[in-house]
Amino acid sequence: MPEIFVVKAADFGEGDRRIVRVGEKEIGVFHHEGAYYAYANQCVHSGGPACEGVMIHKVLDVIGADRTYQGQVFSDEMHFVCPWHGYEYELKTGVCAGDRNLRLKKYDVVRRGDDIYVIA
Amino acid sequence: MNIQTPVNEVRELHFDRFSSSDSLAKAAEQARKRNYQDFLIVDVDSHHYESESYAEVFKYIESPVLRRSFVESAGRGGRSSMLGGSVGYQDISGRITRHWLRKHEKVEGTSHRDIVTTKRWMDAMGVDYACLFPTPMLFLGTHPQVEIEVALSRAYNRWLCEQILAEEPRIVSMLYLPFNDPEATYQMVKDFGDKKGVVGFMVTAPRYKPVHDNAYMKTYALLEEIGKPISFHAAYNWNDQSLTLLNRFISVHALGFMWFNMVHMTNWVVNGIPERFPKLKVMWIESGLTWAYSLMQRLDHSYLMRTSDCPSLKRKPSEYMREMYFSSQPMEMPDDPSILEATFKMINAETQLVWSSDYPHWDFDLPGVIYDLPFLNEQSKRNILGGNAAKLFGLDPTPVKNIPGTMPR
Repeated sequence: MPEIFVVKAADFGEGDRRIVRVGEKEIGVFHHEGAYYAYANQCVHSGGPACEGVMIHKVLDVIGADRTYQGQVFSDEMHFVCPWHGYEYELKTGVCAGDRNLRLKKYDVVRRGDDIYVIA
Repeated sequence: MNIQTPVNEVRELHFDRFSSSDSLAKAAEQARKRNYQDFLIVDVDSHHYESESYAEVFKYIESPVLRRSFVESAGRGGRSSMLGGSVGYQDISGRITRHWLRKHEKVEGTSHRDIVTTKRWMDAMGVDYACLFPTPMLFLGTHPQVEIEVALSRAYNRWLCEQILAEEPRIVSMLYLPFNDPEATYQMVKDFGDKKGVVGFMVTAPRYKPVHDNAYMKTYALLEEIGKPISFHAAYNWNDQSLTLLNRFISVHALGFMWFNMVHMTNWVVNGIPERFPKLKVMWIESGLTWAYSLMQRLDHSYLMRTSDCPSLKRKPSEYMREMYFSSQPMEMPDDPSILEATFKMINAETQLVWSSDYPHWDFDLPGVIYDLPFLNEQSKRNILGGNAAKLFGLDPTPVKNIPGTMPR
């Protein structure tokens, strides 16, 4: 599998993203909490640019010990959201938040010196 | 190690820029792969944000007194105004980015901004003709002042006809009817029925006037006479007593968009409107398809036991419903496609289903929701995507779109 140069690490800060086109494929490369993640930029729903939407923490319902509803909070888990219709994906796995049987194709990312590559 | 450098393309994301064409680049890719350039696609339900043009629209308010009130009210910004807002966070709290990025879209030239941006998304999706509807006005039927609904809808329709429909042949519309005033409704059809690009008339569904009221019969007769359809465009009213029980937008959207059309359809059929106006064409917009599948069975089941409740009917309710038109979006996609296939059979989709995108709203559909279905043949796909609507609206079936990346026409 060829390694595709994405960006210099120095130019790829925390929270940054790049979209890499390789032939007909598009891959979204993320830098989040010191790690790199890469997924196919194609939503499992209707083919939208899944990696190009907002990044937002997963929302949780807070249910008390007595099983009453106590409001909502953001969890620590980061999601990215397809901007076309709102399908959410876990940033660390590419799994679709609404149906764990669905996931984006994952690509490996490597750092060589100051260069970031995606293996596509 | 096999390192390729440089790559084809690496790009950054810019949340301070927006283009309808760029945001739908993947839709254009789908359009090219499926050869949409070879056949007609008609979108029977799409939208613009008419509120962005209120400064222009308000100039068309006929009453000088109301015109001043509208203009003054608009200047007050977010405070109380002539027009009510609707509670609802359709953009999923900012997750649907085009809703807040679209203000950055650049438009050059002399054409109206709404024409330019509409044609951009139409071409990206492979759409030849789009039936354009307003957005905030979908909720105008619940305005407490009937004269405001009449004044704004007349102004909007005149503005739309003169500034948009007269200028762009690929954009058509079914004009808003101020249904809370039956006489003004009739007059709207009289005044605008022959305007360029007017392919029918539309009633926004959230409202509390029964469609079988005698006051509407002369409007139905006029529509039947001029051969243009009446449509019912679904929306919700979170203040409806039943819907106030719901605490999330997903709930009020799922039920609200079906609820009002189910009420109107039931009244329409049970009171024998199809028997009284057998040539009047009727379309139901933006409730998806499962509601019709369900209601047909419910009404048929009761009808056989209670024919005395609806003596005007000469056939089962479902037989009348099967002769009406249904827009497809938001088309439910069950895991088991045989369920969808049964729904298509139930509504006679081959001739009665008309594709719609609802773009740019949050749950829009691409033509692929129809084109990629495994149980349709090519001709059925083309009927649903454009042929059925072209016949209904009297449109030329020759494709006129320019999908980015294909040879210009």
